[in-house]
Amino acid sequence: MQLAVLGGFVLAAFAPLLHRWFGDRAGLVMALLPAALSLWLFAQLPAVVGGEVLVFEQAWVPGLDIELTFLLDGLALLFALLISVIGVFVLVYSSAYLKGHPDLARFHVVLVAFMMSMLGLVLADNLVALFVFWELTSITSYLLIGFNHTDPEARKSASQGLFVTVAGGLALMAGLVMLAVVGESWSLQTLVAQGDTLRAHPLYLPILLCLLAGAFTKSAQFPFHFWLPNAMAAPTPVSAYLHSATMVKAGIYLLARMQPGMGGTEAWVTLLSLFGAVTMVTGAFLALRHTGIKSLLAYSTIMALGTLTMLLGIGTEEAMIAFGTFLLAHSLYKGALFLVAGILDHETGTKDISAMGGLRRVMPVSATCAGVAALSLGGVIPLFGFTAKELMFTSVLHAERFTVLLPALSLAAAVMTLAAAAIVALRPFFGNRREMPRAPHEGPPEMLAGPLVMAGLSLLLGLMPGLASGLVGATASSVNGAPLPASLSLWHGVNLPLGLSLVSLVLGLLIFRYWDYWRIWMRSLEPLFARGPEMGYFKIMDLIVTISVWQTRMLQNGYIRNYLVMTLMVLVGLTGYTLWSRHGLAFSFALDVRFHEALVAGLMVAGAVTACIMRLRLAAVASVGVMGFCIALTFVIFSAPDLGITQLLIETLTVILLILVLFRLPRFASLSTTLERVRDLVVAGATGLLMTLLILTVLDERLFPSIADYMIANSQPEGHGHNIVNVILVDFRALDTLGEVFVLALAAIGVYAMLSFHVDEYDARRQPERKEPRDG
Amino acid sequence: MEPLMAVVIGILYAAAIYMMLRRSIVKLVIGLMLLSNAANLLIFTSAGLTRGAPPLVPEGLAEPLGKVADPLPQALVLTAIVIAFGVLSFAVVLIRRAYEIVKADDLDKMKDTDT
Repeated sequence: MQLAVLGGFVLAAFAPLLHRWFGDRAGLVMALLPAALSLWLFAQLPAVVGGEVLVFEQAWVPGLDIELTFLLDGLALLFALLISVIGVFVLVYSSAYLKGHPDLARFHVVLVAFMMSMLGLVLADNLVALFVFWELTSITSYLLIGFNHTDPEARKSASQGLFVTVAGGLALMAGLVMLAVVGESWSLQTLVAQGDTLRAHPLYLPILLCLLAGAFTKSAQFPFHFWLPNAMAAPTPVSAYLHSATMVKAGIYLLARMQPGMGGTEAWVTLLSLFGAVTMVTGAFLALRHTGIKSLLAYSTIMALGTLTMLLGIGTEEAMIAFGTFLLAHSLYKGALFLVAGILDHETGTKDISAMGGLRRVMPVSATCAGVAALSLGGVIPLFGFTAKELMFTSVLHAERFTVLLPALSLAAAVMTLAAAAIVALRPFFGNRREMPRAPHEGPPEMLAGPLVMAGLSLLLGLMPGLASGLVGATASSVNGAPLPASLSLWHGVNLPLGLSLVSLVLGLLIFRYWDYWRIWMRSLEPLFARGPEMGYFKIMDLIVTISVWQTRMLQNGYIRNYLVMTLMVLVGLTGYTLWSRHGLAFSFALDVRFHEALVAGLMVAGAVTACIMRLRLAAVASVGVMGFCIALTFVIFSAPDLGITQLLIETLTVILLILVLFRLPRFASLSTTLERVRDLVVAGATGLLMTLLILTVLDERLFPSIADYMIANSQPEGHGHNIVNVILVDFRALDTLGEVFVLALAAIGVYAMLSFHVDEYDARRQPERKEPRDG
Repeated sequence: MEPLMAVVIGILYAAAIYMMLRRSIVKLVIGLMLLSNAANLLIFTSAGLTRGAPPLVPEGLAEPLGKVADPLPQALVLTAIVIAFGVLSFAVVLIRRAYEIVKADDLDKMKDTDT
């Protein structure tokens, strides 16, 4: 199993090669992998329906408890089947849809990689593996949405989707880590089994909020729903895939997976039911605002995602069965509808429904598929969508909380969804023929295969819902955490859900009838839509840019003194505070100063201060020289003859070098204002004071004995030298000295290189007029 | 003596930093010189100052007679002095080159990389 998924990634890498071999047919060849996977998954169906959980163990990073173990239970099987079966159709479809596209190979690389990430996500048992696949789907879907990278709109949508989902991904990571810490395991199976521990833990709420942030962004729940319709910038087969079975269902999958472990609490029920219900109504309502067929379908996906979340929130056994049924039904009809939308777009050259009409004669197969799938979307008897909707109404009516709110919102959503379904199915195909950018004709068989099968399944399962009972039951059992057999049937008798269905049918058709007026009415709400959550997203993005610009201007402005001031203030602040709080400012010292020493010290200070205030460069250099010689004297007085000699030599060399090199530079100009000088004086003074205090502290406190005693004792016996300092340099710390030699050599090379580089030549070489070819 | 040296070093540091905060590149270099000297003195002083007892082993003996000055900071400072000189000479030559191109002794005119 792992082999198949990882092999898929390898296949993705080889896609360009396959394209060289098979040309446009490469998509068909690659479809063999998901096809084989689908067959294999079907073969597992009886075992899983029988209540078995198949585990495929595989170590990955055993040292960190990270495994690539795959888990195949009802939920995973349903998702895996949807991913691989719809994947086959999407691959086949896209090789016709994008026929001759120069980047078809790239498309297939990303699409197959996406498919495998999605499979890995739903199969992974380890939290780390789950998260890795989760992020992989974010990245690959980003590449898919931005496939037409020359289109700025597509790029914008792609990064929007990426930012929203990855931001949620970060929250998810935090949640998963906390989950693993609380449950003391990285395995989903183990974690989910100890639901009582998780729910009672004080970290339960933070974990829940983090997981919800991840799932809600991924599954486009209100208020993060805005990225999904924008993701329509992707090629249509990708939209079909993202919407029907993959990407956006990942969040739903996560919630469903967590249901037995985390579900059932007050917070879970409230958050999921309310967010789900609001998303459902928002999606259904906004769908009717659009005339673009893909946008309309995208919003109806949001409606479906909201419904699924709400059902998970309700959490009763009925709701779980409704969840499984609705998931399956939605994937089937939404996949078919998107693929038909792609055919319409491909064959007519427009995506605008209001520009289409009367296509049923030229595109009878598409029209039939669209009609069947749309009826399922609308939840009309006898399609599978009807069964799902009945179950949904039943569980909403039997919900333990929000007993009025949820049914009301569900009914509203159902009404508007039915209208949307009618628009999608009837508008393009019935009514009068209209002028379209391209002369329409029926799509090629590769493109019709997917819609036909999926619409056919919607009808078949609608007529004989018993066929799906096993799979739905297994799914519901996984979500429930305990076996939960389902027996689906088309007819439940005359009851309240049926009544609600009828009401929604009538009202929905009414909206469809007066859709044009409805749109005019919605246009008056435009200002409201413009203030939606998407505006918040743009505000945040703008804010991030503003902050980073401001921060760069503050921290990295190119003024060396600002860097210095900032660094020094941090140093003074932190070190000074530590000094003050840990040691205090009480120092004990005895002043034991002789006259000549004080004189040398005074000269040193005078030299340094003079160097600062001199206007003449040479005078400044001379003052530094005076200070340097005083330092040499200090070394000599305090028992360091070697240092004294070295300092004397180096100081002489330095002064000569400075005089030679700086001789030709102008005298100092007055470049700073008084205020700047005062500021610099304050910073410099504070740093100087800190250094003084630090030295006093160091002198006051000896934390450990000097290691010099060893060197003093061993200098002659081991190093055979009488000058201990020399022995240290060439023996005890010889590597330091080697490093020093290296630094000096490097500096010498640098100096030589710069002295032999002539600015005039450099300028001359940059002159464009000189076009002499430089042979050489 | 150490407390007095501590004050002297503080003043040297202050002078060094004041110079490094100036806009003139030459002043920046003078500041660097002051800073390296101040740092050397800091290391030297922190170990404690000893009068008239250089860390030498008299001829014919294995160890010095009595207490001598700490040789380790001396060795470190020796290295530092020489390295500071290497850095300084490099910086000075760099300044000269920069001055030839920018034609001004002003750091603010070297703010951008493409001048």
